[in-house]
Amino acid sequence: MGKPILEVNNLRVSFKMYAGEVQAVRGVSFTINKGEVLAIVGESGCGKSVTAQTIMRLIPSPPSYIKEGSSILFDGKHEISKMSERQMEQVRGAEMGMIFQDPMTSLNPTMTVGAQISEGIRKHQKLSKDAALKRAAELLTLVGMSNADERIHQYPHELSGGMRQRVMIALSLACNPKLLIADEPTTALDVTIQAQIIDLLRDIQQKTDTSIILITHDLGVVAEMAHKIIVMYAGKVVERGTLNDIFYNPRHPYTWGLLRSVPRLDSDRNNDLDSIPGTPPDLYAPPVGCAFAARCPYAMQICKEVDPEHFEVSADHSSACWLLHPDAPKVDMPVGVGRGSHG
Amino acid sequence: MAEDNILEVKNLQKHFNLSGDRVLKAVDGLNFTIKRGETFGLVGESGCGKSTTGRTIIRLYEATGGQVLFNGEDVQKMSGDARKKFYRDMQMVFQDPYASLNPRMTVGKIIAEGIEIHGLYSGNQKKERVNQLLRDVGLSEEHAGRFPHEFSGGQRQRIGIARALAIEPQFIIADEPISALDVSVQAQVVNLFKKLQKERGLTYLFIAHDLAMVKHISDRIGVMYLGKLVEVATSDKLNAKPLHPYTQSLLSAIPIPDPDIQKQRKRIIPQGEIPSPLNPPSGCPFRTRCPHAMPECAATMPPFKEVEPGHFAACHLL
Repeated sequence: MGKPILEVNNLRVSFKMYAGEVQAVRGVSFTINKGEVLAIVGESGCGKSVTAQTIMRLIPSPPSYIKEGSSILFDGKHEISKMSERQMEQVRGAEMGMIFQDPMTSLNPTMTVGAQISEGIRKHQKLSKDAALKRAAELLTLVGMSNADERIHQYPHELSGGMRQRVMIALSLACNPKLLIADEPTTALDVTIQAQIIDLLRDIQQKTDTSIILITHDLGVVAEMAHKIIVMYAGKVVERGTLNDIFYNPRHPYTWGLLRSVPRLDSDRNNDLDSIPGTPPDLYAPPVGCAFAARCPYAMQICKEVDPEHFEVSADHSSACWLLHPDAPKVDMPVGVGRGSHG
Repeated sequence: MAEDNILEVKNLQKHFNLSGDRVLKAVDGLNFTIKRGETFGLVGESGCGKSTTGRTIIRLYEATGGQVLFNGEDVQKMSGDARKKFYRDMQMVFQDPYASLNPRMTVGKIIAEGIEIHGLYSGNQKKERVNQLLRDVGLSEEHAGRFPHEFSGGQRQRIGIARALAIEPQFIIADEPISALDVSVQAQVVNLFKKLQKERGLTYLFIAHDLAMVKHISDRIGVMYLGKLVEVATSDKLNAKPLHPYTQSLLSAIPIPDPDIQKQRKRIIPQGEIPSPLNPPSGCPFRTRCPHAMPECAATMPPFKEVEPGHFAACHLL
C-alpha cells in the first residue's frame, strides 16, 4: 500500500466536566496508508467516535481537550491537533470527509440535497453555482441514485433512510477527499439496505483509492470492508492487526470476547452465547492496571497493578496483554475463535 | 394437538386511518400459532409491521379485523376479570430500556407495581418477592432503592424483564429487547431470556430485526414483509432451506464476521427500496424487488401455504 495518509500518535482526549475529568481517549496510536480501510472496533464508550471526531476536530473545546503530547499528522504536513479553526476549515470537507451514522439528523432539513452537496464544492473548489449543481448531480449518480437531475431539487425528508445515506456519501465525496471517516455508516439502516451501502462504499473506495476509517461495532461489516483493524477498549487500543490477524489469530481476551458474543447463523441454539460478564470501567477514574482486568477470565495479579504495553506478535500485529509476556502462563485461544469456527 | 397452542393468530389485521382518507395497513392478514413453551421469533425490516403485530396481540392496539386466541379465548372479547387475568398472563418487554422505565420511580417500586395492581403479595412478602426477582435477573437487592438513571442499558433491560416477570406471566412479548444494547451485553440478555424460559416454562414472542440473534433464540421464526407473513418455519429449516425469495435475500444480506466465508459468499441483495406501506404493490408485496417476479405476482397475492410439514411460505414459485 501507499504512503501514510494519517499518523495518530499517543492521542489523548479528555472532557472536563463538573464531576471531574472523563478520559475518553487515553493514548491511541495508529497509521493509515493511502488506499487502506482501517476499522476501529469497540463498544459504546470505548472512545472510537471521540477519536474519529477529534481527527476532524468536530468536538468543541471546552469541554474537550487534546492533551499535551498528542499528535495527529495528516498527509505528512498538517498537524491537526495544533491547527486553528480557520486552518481546519481548509482541510475539513476538502481533504477529509465524514459520513455520520444518522442521515436524518446530519443533513440540513431546510436545504435541498443539491444545495447541500454543492455548498462544499463552491466553498472549496470555487465553482459557479450551476457548475457545482451539475457536479452534485454527477455525485448522486455515482452513489447509485437514479434521476439525479430531479433528486438534487428534493429535500431530505422526501428520501428514504438508504437514499439519505447515499446523499451523505455523495456529500462526503464532493471534494475528492484523501480520507473518509465513516462513523457507524450502516447502523441505522435495514439489513438489505445496509448490504447495498456497504457494496457502494467498497466500490467507491476501490475506484477512487480513498483511505477510509470505518467505525463500527458490527464485526460482520468489518469482515466485508476492512484491511486493518484496531480494537479499542476504555479509551485505549488493546489490539491491532490485519483483517486476518484479528479474525483468525486474535491475541487479546477482549477481542476473543467480542468475537464470541456474536451469534452466527449456524451457531448451536442449545448453547449459551458467550457474553463478557460485567461492564466497562468508569472513565472518570480509569483503573490503575489493565482496564479489562476486572472482566477478564485470565487476569493475573500484574494485570491489576500495571497497564501492559503492546507486545508485538508480528510486524503488523500487536496486543496490549500481559499474557503475551514471555514469562506469562500459556493460554490458548478459546473455542469459537479463529479460523474454521464459523462452520 | 390444538390444545398445545398457547396463542393462535387468525387473519389478524391492524389498519391505521391517516389524514386524507389514507389507510396504513400495518398488519394485513396474519395467521400463525405459538406453542406453549416455545420461542417464536418475528423478523422483518423497519415498517414491516412486526411491532404492530406484538402490540395488537397484547391489545395495546385494538385489532381492525381477525382474531387472537390466547389459551383458546378470544382476547378482544375479554372484559372485566378475564381481561385483568389476561394482562397478568401476558407481559411485554420493550425495546428502549431508557424510555420504558419511569425515571421518578425506584427500581423496587417499578417491579412491585404489577404485584400491587394484581394484589398478589403485600408487606414483607412483596419486598422478598422483589428481591428474589432482582436476583433472578442478575441484579442484587440493594438495587431496589435506586433509580433507573443509575443503571447501564443492559441493567435497565434486566429491570424491564424483572418487571414483566413480577406477576408470573405465561407469555412474554419481547419487542426488540436487545437492539439498543452493545454486542457483549446483548449476549448476556439473550442468555438471561433463555435461562428464565428453562426455569419457568415461559413462552416468548421475540420480535427483532437481527435474524442471526433471532435464529439463536427462537424455535420457530416468522418473516414479515410489508404487513404480511411471507414465511414461517423452524429456525433450522429457515436457515438451511429458506423458500421465499425475501427470506433468501435477508439471509444473504447479513454480513458474516468471518473474512474467508464473506469473500466466497454469493449474495442476492434485493434491488431498490422497501415500498411505502401506504401504497403497497398489488399482488405479492415483494415483487418489486424480487429477482424471480412474474406477471402472476402482480395480479394476485400468493396464498400462504404449507409447503412442507410445518414450513409455510407465500410465493407463486412454490
